[in-house]
Amino acid sequence: MGLESKLINDGFFTTTVDAMAAWARESSVWPMPMGISCCAIEMMASGDPKYDISRFGSEVMRFTPRQCDLMIVAGTVTYKMAHVVKKIFDQMPEPKWVIAMGACTSTGGMYRSYNVVQGIDQFLPVDIYAAGCPPRPENLLNALMQIQDKIGKTRVKDFPDPPHTSIDEKQGELSLSKN
Amino acid sequence: MKELLKDKLTGQFTTVQFEFIEQFDELTLKFDKSAIVNVCAFLKDEDGLKFNFCEDVTAIDWATRKNRFTVVYHIFSMENKFRLCLKVDVDESECSVESVSSIWKAANWAEREAYDMYGIIFLNHPDLRRMYMPEEFEYHPLRKEYPLMGIPGAIPLPKK
Repeated sequence: MGLESKLINDGFFTTTVDAMAAWARESSVWPMPMGISCCAIEMMASGDPKYDISRFGSEVMRFTPRQCDLMIVAGTVTYKMAHVVKKIFDQMPEPKWVIAMGACTSTGGMYRSYNVVQGIDQFLPVDIYAAGCPPRPENLLNALMQIQDKIGKTRVKDFPDPPHTSIDEKQGELSLSKN
Repeated sequence: MKELLKDKLTGQFTTVQFEFIEQFDELTLKFDKSAIVNVCAFLKDEDGLKFNFCEDVTAIDWATRKNRFTVVYHIFSMENKFRLCLKVDVDESECSVESVSSIWKAANWAEREAYDMYGIIFLNHPDLRRMYMPEEFEYHPLRKEYPLMGIPGAIPLPKK
């Protein structure tokens, strides 16, 4: 942001709460690594020192959805797994974003079959689709940077408090036997 | 080993018609499904045969043939290092065969898979539930009449 030069000259700078909050959000996106199949290997590679996702503030991959704001769905989502993915997504606090990583997740990929969901956008609000089979780590980092751009444009009023729903109600909605 | 197998089986089971086929460097044994448990128990326990490892139980759907399904057992004798394939025909009208999971425990899940995919009932199976598909799924996806892309709405997706 070039903050240092401004601070040296005047000792202060002016901004808006919106810009500050968006900057803080985009600079520490905590991913939920939903590694379901081979794309997860590339996702792990993007966390290692060679590609180093921590350059973008996203090295804290939390294995609990309650501490995350970005879900990286990396792998083939079957109809059976879709309920698990959705359940985990519902446990993430707002605001949250989703990367559909790879061909399978985005469109079903080569699994044009009765058991694979032909694109997770059928049940998740996907923000970025990362192409590739699997996408290289650079591609995942590019997707992350696009998410950061998207978050950078948000304003505080974009995230009103959601209406209260208890976990029990949500789980009842998600059970496999219903619907 | 092949000769021994033929002698022993035809000696023990005089009423069962065995058909021996050699293909893919492997011996295949076809017979009626009513004898499956007795033949399998004999193959496992008889001295000199000892087929103690059930590698797989699966099925073939022939779609238009009279006996629509063939249930295939791949068994292996660790002692003799010999592999044998058993085949029994199952018709759609009486779509069941006795379970061999009492003889080889490894057959338990394999039979559940064959039931899930083809709808063949394995009688006296201890726990005949679906292996892969959701429990309330109504179809058997590897049957030839099941469309490749499935039946829309057959497996529910979570709400958006």
